[in-house]
Amino acid sequence: MIIESGHFVLILSLLMAFLQSTVPMIGVQLRNNQLMAIAAPAAIIQFVLILGSFLALTYAYVVSDFSVINVTSNSHTAKPLLYKVSGVWGNHEGSMLLWALILSGYGAAIALFGSNLSPTLKVRVLGVQAMLGVGILAFILFTSNPFLRVFPAPENGGGLNPLLQDPGLAFHPPLLYLGYVGLSLTFSFAVAALIEGRVDAAWARWVRPWTLAAWGFLTGGIVLGSWWAYYELGWGGWWFWDPVENASFMPWLAATALLHSSIVSEKRDSLKSWTIFLAIVAFGLSLLGTFLVRSGVITSVHAFASDPTRGVFILLLLVVTIGGAFLLFAWRGPSLKTDGIFHPVSREGGLILNNFILTIAAASILLGTLYPLFVDVLELGKVSVGAPYFESVFVPMMIPMIVVMGIAPFLRWKRGDFNKTTNKLKVVGVISLIGGCFAWLIVDRSSALSSLGIALSIWLFSATFIELTSRIKLFQVPLKDSMRSIIRQPRASWGMTFAHMGLAIAVAGITASSTWKVESIQVMKFGDQVKVAGYTYTLKEVRKVQGPNYIATRGIFSVKKGDDFNVTLKPEKREYQTRSMVTTEAAIYSTFFGDLYAVVGDRDKNSGGYITRIYFNPLVPWMWAGAILMVLGAAISLTDRRHRVGAPARSASTGTNQVSAK
Amino acid sequence: MMKRLTYFLPLVLLAILAAYFSAGLGRDPQTLDSVLINKKVPEFSLPPIKGFSAGLSNNDLLNKVVLVNIFGSWCVSCRIEHPFLMELKKKGVIPIYGINWREQNQDDGPRWLKKFGNPYDLIGDDPKSRGAIAFGVTGAPETFLVDQKGIVRLKHMGPITQQNWNDTLKPAIDKLRNR
Amino acid sequence: MKFLILTITLLLSSNAVHAVDPSEILKDNILEIRARAISKDLRCVVCQNQSIDDSDAELARDLRILVRDRILEGDSDQAVIDYVVSRYGDFVLLNPPVKGVTFVLWFGPIVFTLIGFICLILFFRRQKPLVQDLKKNNAEVKK
Repeated sequence: MIIESGHFVLILSLLMAFLQSTVPMIGVQLRNNQLMAIAAPAAIIQFVLILGSFLALTYAYVVSDFSVINVTSNSHTAKPLLYKVSGVWGNHEGSMLLWALILSGYGAAIALFGSNLSPTLKVRVLGVQAMLGVGILAFILFTSNPFLRVFPAPENGGGLNPLLQDPGLAFHPPLLYLGYVGLSLTFSFAVAALIEGRVDAAWARWVRPWTLAAWGFLTGGIVLGSWWAYYELGWGGWWFWDPVENASFMPWLAATALLHSSIVSEKRDSLKSWTIFLAIVAFGLSLLGTFLVRSGVITSVHAFASDPTRGVFILLLLVVTIGGAFLLFAWRGPSLKTDGIFHPVSREGGLILNNFILTIAAASILLGTLYPLFVDVLELGKVSVGAPYFESVFVPMMIPMIVVMGIAPFLRWKRGDFNKTTNKLKVVGVISLIGGCFAWLIVDRSSALSSLGIALSIWLFSATFIELTSRIKLFQVPLKDSMRSIIRQPRASWGMTFAHMGLAIAVAGITASSTWKVESIQVMKFGDQVKVAGYTYTLKEVRKVQGPNYIATRGIFSVKKGDDFNVTLKPEKREYQTRSMVTTEAAIYSTFFGDLYAVVGDRDKNSGGYITRIYFNPLVPWMWAGAILMVLGAAISLTDRRHRVGAPARSASTGTNQVSAK
Repeated sequence: MMKRLTYFLPLVLLAILAAYFSAGLGRDPQTLDSVLINKKVPEFSLPPIKGFSAGLSNNDLLNKVVLVNIFGSWCVSCRIEHPFLMELKKKGVIPIYGINWREQNQDDGPRWLKKFGNPYDLIGDDPKSRGAIAFGVTGAPETFLVDQKGIVRLKHMGPITQQNWNDTLKPAIDKLRNR
Repeated sequence: MKFLILTITLLLSSNAVHAVDPSEILKDNILEIRARAISKDLRCVVCQNQSIDDSDAELARDLRILVRDRILEGDSDQAVIDYVVSRYGDFVLLNPPVKGVTFVLWFGPIVFTLIGFICLILFFRRQKPLVQDLKKNNAEVKK
């Protein structure tokens, strides 16, 4: 009964979405307020209906209702509750339902919290959002229905892939979707603006919180996925330039560019068509990701369902949505007037450079990801484009990017004083060079790139810090005044400071973990010792342990360093009953300077010992810490006064405290 | 005017992209065409499997049009094509040489052949995939048509059935023999 | 910082592996490093997007051993790679070669950068007369 209800309300929600996308928009044309007033309630109802549907599916998983095909294929009674629930979105159909839920959720959020939006814009945004809803809901109901039944219901399910039975992976899709689908909202804003025929500072201000939220979630989702890969896949790798990873990275690059170009649109009334274009592209890349994962056109470890029929539907969705938006863009775009003018060396110039680099980076990654498909379709053979290509293309682009990131926040709007800026940064430059030389001489003389990475990380961190201190005129005015000034700094500027520092720290982590990794592979018998990166590992014993739905071979390492460091690492190799799959659970101990990482492997028949892999992964915790700072930066920016409901009207009169630069 | 054209560019690019995608749907990105077609088989030399006296090497592939078939006792699809291979052997249509790929222990292959029958004139034991790698094999069963000069003319992936025998393999064999 | 000056067993320049067996590792460290580097560039043809260095698959293992055997036979890095490519095709190279069909791939990013630069120049050129006014205004304000 619950399943049928879940199915039923899903159908209702499609009808509601259809209503929401047509009637209110007609109302705008006819200037009929009553028709327009339908939009907000419709959005809320649509969300509630989909929520009901989602909860019905969740219920089926929780009680293990195996009459539902989706539950049978992806669940099992022996699974812990948390993973029964995460199993809801651990498959194609369920994850699409989650997509739809979040899509309608954002719509409902606009309906509830968008009271400061102009009425016509609000209706149009909700209208476009609903059109997207129609597309996704139709896709679900016609090709990917999670509520299909099977009679008679089997005794038990096929279980979930044990690799997915993991807390990190349980939250990776929801976070990622909150990001991807958040970009649908900026898309809706862009299309609505094109329909209105007007993009102004108010529009840019309204879009910004949603862009920040989407970006923050996307960052979190991607990093969570990397973190999961790091500890789950058993060899300390965290990014493989797999097509599906690229499919999440490209929207992130576009969203970052959007975040920065919309600042120029908001403050300086410029780059309007470009910002609109980016908003369309960012969501287009999200849809592209969905297409790549679920259609089977590309080889990937991530690929969900390889179903060409579904592929056709998603492609159609992509073409209609983005094609429609681009058509509108071609028609209305040229009439968007640009007002603000500025010198190339200025804050705007810096932001344009930011966008320039991010765009060519995203374009290059897109090229590399789709190239095998292009070559195959043109019958020119088969080529592989793997990590080596992406690294050699992406890394060089990031070097000027990070350099500019240190300089641009110093530049004033309209026309920056280059000499004054370079004066301030001289010290930072020297510190970075020293840091780079230190890395070169002391740590690793074989890789110039790693020293460069460290130098850049120091550069960005110090430059961001100095920017803050010079803004509060630290040591130039009485300390009391500086402290007072620091409290008055707008939150958006704190957001920037946190985010840029976070990136700097993450860059150090990325550089170190990629180039200075230490690995030791050997066969160890009980009592054998191995020294890795100054730590002494002793294999104490290996025993069999029973888990909820697996049997594990657990190795016990005693790790010592000097007199005062002593930890025990317990890596496992788990064998799951339902899918006869084996997973490696590495044992990780994080220190400030890096991770101790141990893996226990198979038994070596000849010697009776066990294969062990022991790693030292330098500065890996810095990557996660940096990422958290970045997300924190986005969150802080979100609480900026000018984004709060009703704030724009008030802050116009009290905005004197805000430093004009931010 | 120039401005208008630039604004239309994204739409044009999208259309091109969409064309590629729709062409790509339904293609399998994983199937690998053989690069050995019309080239000589690389050198390889495999010892005999247990209980047999002769192994298989690339020298055996001269002077006759032959089929080289990659198989293993662990391979379910090989079991499916096996009766057809036995038919071919019974009718003496074409010599079939086998590469026994990646057996867990040396008894498995011979035991499988004893149980189901041996369609092969020569068999090479390939526990380390050297033979399979020589042919660029990615799975089993795979069958290669090799001509009198030791040049690979055809690669067939998956089990041989009457259907694909009639459609592709037989015509190719006839063509080679009539030269 | 002393522990950073390491008693290194194997220092690698990129992601390490979980698939290499102790029994595969060559005694000569330099040769082993070469083998690992080559393995990272070779695709595991029976997997979904992994190198033979990363993959658990049996064929991947056999290819890893093959790579090491070729190195022991004295082949150069390029010769080892050519050996595998001559049997499996360019598809097996994770680092696509620079030849005709990958021309667009390798020069694409450069072309993008150039197009981008041109766009930037055009954009600022359009602004130039206005910026001149700006400079004049600023100069007047300063006076």
